[in-house]
Amino acid sequence: MAAVHIDAKELHYTPLNQQVRKAICDGAKEIVIDNVLGQRFIADGLRGDGVTITVNGVPGGDLAMFMSGPTVIVHGNADHAPGNTMNQGKVIIHGSAGDATAHSMRGGRVYVRDSIGYRGGIHMKQYMEKRPILVVGGSARAFLGEYMAGGLLIVLGLNGQAPVAERGVGSGIHGGEIFVRGIVEDKYLGVGARQLPATAEQVAMIRPIIEDFAKTFGIDAEPLVSASYSRIAASSARPFGSKYTPE
Amino acid sequence: MSIGSIPLRFKVELDTERCMNCGRCVENCSYGVFRKEDNRIDVNSRNCVACHRCIAFCPRDAISIYEKPTDYRSHPVWTREIREAVFNQAKTGKIIIAGMGNVLPYPMIFDRLVLDACQVTNPSIDPLREPMELRTYIGKKPAALSVKEYPNGDTDLLTKLAPNLKIETPIMIGHMSYGAISLNAQTALAKAVTKMGTFMGTGEGGLHESLYPYQSHIIVQVASGRFGVDINYLERGAAIEIKIGQGAKPGIGGHLPGEKVCADVSCTRMIPEGSDAISPAPHHDIYSIEDLKQLVHSLKEATEWKKPVFVKIAAVHNSAAIAAGIARSGADAVVIDGFRGGTGAAPRVFRDHVGIPVEAAVASTDAKLRSQGIRNEVSIIASGGIRESADIAKIICLGADAVYIGTSALVAMGCRVCGTCNRGTCAWGIATQKPELTKRLDPETNAVQVANLIHAWTEEIAELMGAAGINSIESLRGNRDRLRGYMLDEGLLKVLDVKSVGA
Repeated sequence: MAAVHIDAKELHYTPLNQQVRKAICDGAKEIVIDNVLGQRFIADGLRGDGVTITVNGVPGGDLAMFMSGPTVIVHGNADHAPGNTMNQGKVIIHGSAGDATAHSMRGGRVYVRDSIGYRGGIHMKQYMEKRPILVVGGSARAFLGEYMAGGLLIVLGLNGQAPVAERGVGSGIHGGEIFVRGIVEDKYLGVGARQLPATAEQVAMIRPIIEDFAKTFGIDAEPLVSASYSRIAASSARPFGSKYTPE
Repeated sequence: MSIGSIPLRFKVELDTERCMNCGRCVENCSYGVFRKEDNRIDVNSRNCVACHRCIAFCPRDAISIYEKPTDYRSHPVWTREIREAVFNQAKTGKIIIAGMGNVLPYPMIFDRLVLDACQVTNPSIDPLREPMELRTYIGKKPAALSVKEYPNGDTDLLTKLAPNLKIETPIMIGHMSYGAISLNAQTALAKAVTKMGTFMGTGEGGLHESLYPYQSHIIVQVASGRFGVDINYLERGAAIEIKIGQGAKPGIGGHLPGEKVCADVSCTRMIPEGSDAISPAPHHDIYSIEDLKQLVHSLKEATEWKKPVFVKIAAVHNSAAIAAGIARSGADAVVIDGFRGGTGAAPRVFRDHVGIPVEAAVASTDAKLRSQGIRNEVSIIASGGIRESADIAKIICLGADAVYIGTSALVAMGCRVCGTCNRGTCAWGIATQKPELTKRLDPETNAVQVANLIHAWTEEIAELMGAAGINSIESLRGNRDRLRGYMLDEGLLKVLDVKSVGA
């Protein structure tokens, strides 16, 4: 089936999503949405294995929220919380993304070529084979990976700046791991987060992911995979375990 | 340890004349009070929490439990509870955590409101003879209807109606998660609400697959931890509830300790076994009322606008204004959880000191929404401290559409309100995940008991309505003229918009 084109000019998000759902229902595997300008909730709760949705323009908030299966490729920036509580699939953003990118994400991958806002990867979690991955090419703002309960977050700092140079990195983290190229200054680490240089095995584990990211955006992977990384993880699996006493 | 032991909270006495050494108390006590020693039963009163499991299963009525057998020097300021909290925190340096609801003796507004009845001038209605309409619809109602009329008298409704939940009684069961309570307890509640034509909430613990057969009577919750939330979960629920706050602990998050995350809880919440389940204080994608609107709309969009979305808040100082914001967010119902609401675990200081009574919060919310002309935009569900049918009739008169009950449904399954839910060793098999304890709770018989309670309260509400000459719950809602305040101060009468007795 040929690619289905949808013109989103002056189209509200509900009829837009209805057209996307209908196209998938009709068997489309390629959907291209042109003239996107701030429509929220694109691919919200959408299923569809093997379906690729190309978004040309700037989508509004909660892109691919609750999405379970498709791949969404954005040629432009994304507003806040792309990949919010996403279950499965892939979001590729050729640009930057706003706050709470990959909020509570539980599976699949989100790749952001440039930078993200505050609270990136906050409360990501994992279960069994579901292990969400967020990779950011540029840098992230404060509270990166706060309350993180699982999953993998990689920040590469390709924009010539530190991957993250603001407070609250991994505060309350109790699962999952954050890798940054280079290091995060200790003063920016949140309560309960601990940073160590990534071991050779750990770098080997993230290597195929970085290679995939580089390939996706046409970046040379070699300098990235040969760089040194730091790993930030929970200093304890029970950050609040010793806070309470029974009545 | 310089502080030493505190006095016994309970003293357990075994009447050796009556005891026949059957050992049922030993088997039933999950707190380690009883021990079999040769030919007698040894009692360790210090472990007793007064859950009465032993009393309920002693075949000879041989056990008695006395509260506070030792007196402190009485003092109106330095109560026993205050002193014991100081001892505890001096020893540990930690936040005190406890189960169930508010324990401070604040005056009960419900008990200072009385209902009306007909005498002479308008006849009361006999519910045995006349139909009483208790069916309620939860959700948005259109501000106006537009119809197309045909010459032959037929009409078409042109207004698009928002989805509503149809409940056969204004009593629903609030959100108690799998994790906070056992699967057997949730199953009993699910069977009861299905039988009674009403609904229950999942809490933030996901929906266990054994409850799928009851999903058309289940409201699924989305809270700040987003545990168990995926598109399948959202689609299964009859409605979706966004939990912003809880009456027992307004303003803070939740925390299910790793030891309660067994294999099954782990699967339902979608987190690794044994890991802490931490719900942050705010939703980190909601930092404003505009963001709330975004979450409401994202849930509706994900489920193709087929399901009502509720928003639950704790009753706090400005609930009415907050509810007005919620009514404009696209939500279909606002749940107001009063400061007497129960919980599996909450910091004592929050449980006892934060929030306001549901009576005042519901009355002011109803008034605020009416004054802004948006009362039809949301239903109001009252929760937190609903103890009996009279409370339900009164809160409906104050403007609620329906109620959530929680603790009373657990009491219907045997809970004695011992307040140690946080310890995970509930002898009644309710607030525990230990298989040897959860198996004590038979979902079938307990479903009957919970359904009985809902049925009995529904009958009582019908009788109260009939006595007041009202045959439809619609006519009771917000009908403050059917209430009078007894010994309430002028300020509170004004907030409730209720006259004094005699007026």
